[in-house]
Amino acid sequence: MKLSGAEILVRTLIEQGVDVVFGYPGGQVINIYDRLYEHQDDIKHILVAHEQGASHAADGYARTTGKVGVCIATSGPGATNLVTGIATAYLDSVPMVAITGNVSNDLIGRDSFQEVDITGITMPITKHNFFVNKVSKLADTIREAFRLAKSGRPGPVLVDIPKDVQVALFDYEPEAVVEPMPKIPPKAHKIENAIKLINEAKKPYIYCGGGTISSGASEEVKALAEKIDAVIGCSLMGISAIENSNERFLGMQGMHGHFASSMAQHNADLIITVGARFSDRATGNKAKYAPNAKIIHIDTDKAEIDKNIIAHLGICSDIKMALCEIIEGVDKAEHPEWIQTVKDFRDEEMKHLPVSDKMNPYNIIKVINECKTDDMPVATDVGQHQMWSAQFCEFGKPRKFVSSGGLGTMGFGLGAAIGSAVGTGGKSILVTGDGSFGMCLNELATAASYNIPVVIVIMNNGVLGMVRQWQTLFFNKHYSNTVLDRKTDFVRLAQAFGVMGYRCTEMEDFRETMKTAIETDGPVLIECFIDKDEMVLPMLPPGGSMDDIIVERVGD
Amino acid sequence: MDRHVLSVFVRNQYGVLARISSMFRRRGFNIDSLTVGETENPEYSRMTVTFNGDDVVKNQIIRQLAKMPDVECLTELEKAESVSRELVLVKIKNSKESRQDIMSVVDIFRAKVVDYGTEAMIVEITGESSKIDAFIDLVEEFGIIEVCRTGIVALKRGNGSILNEN
Repeated sequence: MKLSGAEILVRTLIEQGVDVVFGYPGGQVINIYDRLYEHQDDIKHILVAHEQGASHAADGYARTTGKVGVCIATSGPGATNLVTGIATAYLDSVPMVAITGNVSNDLIGRDSFQEVDITGITMPITKHNFFVNKVSKLADTIREAFRLAKSGRPGPVLVDIPKDVQVALFDYEPEAVVEPMPKIPPKAHKIENAIKLINEAKKPYIYCGGGTISSGASEEVKALAEKIDAVIGCSLMGISAIENSNERFLGMQGMHGHFASSMAQHNADLIITVGARFSDRATGNKAKYAPNAKIIHIDTDKAEIDKNIIAHLGICSDIKMALCEIIEGVDKAEHPEWIQTVKDFRDEEMKHLPVSDKMNPYNIIKVINECKTDDMPVATDVGQHQMWSAQFCEFGKPRKFVSSGGLGTMGFGLGAAIGSAVGTGGKSILVTGDGSFGMCLNELATAASYNIPVVIVIMNNGVLGMVRQWQTLFFNKHYSNTVLDRKTDFVRLAQAFGVMGYRCTEMEDFRETMKTAIETDGPVLIECFIDKDEMVLPMLPPGGSMDDIIVERVGD
Repeated sequence: MDRHVLSVFVRNQYGVLARISSMFRRRGFNIDSLTVGETENPEYSRMTVTFNGDDVVKNQIIRQLAKMPDVECLTELEKAESVSRELVLVKIKNSKESRQDIMSVVDIFRAKVVDYGTEAMIVEITGESSKIDAFIDLVEEFGIIEVCRTGIVALKRGNGSILNEN
């Protein structure tokens, strides 16, 4: 039986196991929406307020579930509105399929109404993209998009479907869910070398990135650390790979990393890098990065090896497979001196923790830790609140920290928190700032419409805190355009959207409100005030090394 | 900084040239020449990429190319094990005084005059890039009006093909 392209698309999505899509209708996807209407019992569509929200929601869905997130937008502005979300997913290797409509083939290239070359625009920010010029190719192209999105190092794939292809008729035969491409096993001699380097090491440090989470290798990392008596740190993307209760885990390293984690990495004699990519935010000055360490770099994407840091040993392989073989081959070791050194770093770190009981970022996050369960994802926006969350939020399971690491997308959080809640079928928490939240707060409408249980905690300091912190430290306190002299009343704003809103000025008040929010079925917004001069510390100045680390505020 | 030649077998898909050149641009790789054309199999095109760089740059380019879904396979063509050619058309000013001198350079280089007028002629020459560079240097003094180079095409010597060897 012949089916329309739009029908084939929707059936292929269902065939590939898609249960929810995030999107926004428009002229060039109206045929697809007609078919989504028909199949609404099999595939749920979440209508967002703005296409950017759809791409962030699909991203949050994918990060928390490990499945491919799907978003749909119409041609032209609909498609370009997805771009920030696609780039966010690309930089953080999140599996996503973005579907856009386009004008009919005969109108392509004529600057037709709402025509844009979205495959051209997204070429550098997708793993791959497709323009489907014939209905005969549609189903297989969608399947290929899913296969690419979830194979190897995951990433977003965009499929652009002109209107006439959605209307044209063709045969459709259902197929099985596509399998990702086979995982790459490690080469035997590489594993031998890794074992040799590890057996020789006296101060081993395991550096986990997002690849640890996407390859499901958390248990292997812990087992390796246990066997070789190593400590574990992570990049921003590696947060939640290892539970905070693990005593070998030192937390995030890098520009705003934990003192102990960054110091341990700096002093290690071997860094075993697991699915991380040595971003400039993680390494600081690369010439001074971990001067005494040999580096083993395990990554499924060969192009990451020797890209930012030249590794002594690069292993291009599925991370889990490589770790399993290494664990099997290495000698059990004990490094009491190294463990003591790291413990001293930790004791030093503890001295710098805030001790006040007033409302500050540290105390706010402590309360969030008390109130949330291990199953609740915490999403963030970008800026100071993101770094405080990365430093202090505690996790018990992987895939629970949802944050824009690579692109640093302000406005990511609310959409991502919505997608996380939809994906996990439970509650999610958003920690945000007044600056970031102001960027995409229109998605409050989505949270209200679908009664999505998102607890939004806004740390309101009235400034763009991270930029202001740089201005304080490096730009002679020239607070250029970072003071938000806004009159926004977030509580009434929430209420206007149909979301419960609270304002807290005392910690005890916040604790009670947070407990209520967690028990509430539906979205809740809580506004907390923090001091505008709070800083994210420690801090490695941009391009600096551990010698330049700032741990305390001085000379105000 | 050595000169490298890569032969890249790509799926003949919509936008493949833009996709690959966009990757070079955005990652800051400086390419000397890029040629593309059909192959014995209509489903594939072959690209020949030449660039200068150290081993770190070369390995990055190879790895970034290799992970692109449209790239079927690629190989580095070492100078000693491959044949590389470039074709160039040079439009040279013609005059009574210089005519004989131009013709003798054309003869020595086994080039060909493909268009002739009293004030200008077009010369076609094929060869390795170094030969073409030398030719252009020599005819410079007669006055070059314009030049069009194809960029390098190259194949590995021997019985194999890029598809069965990679």
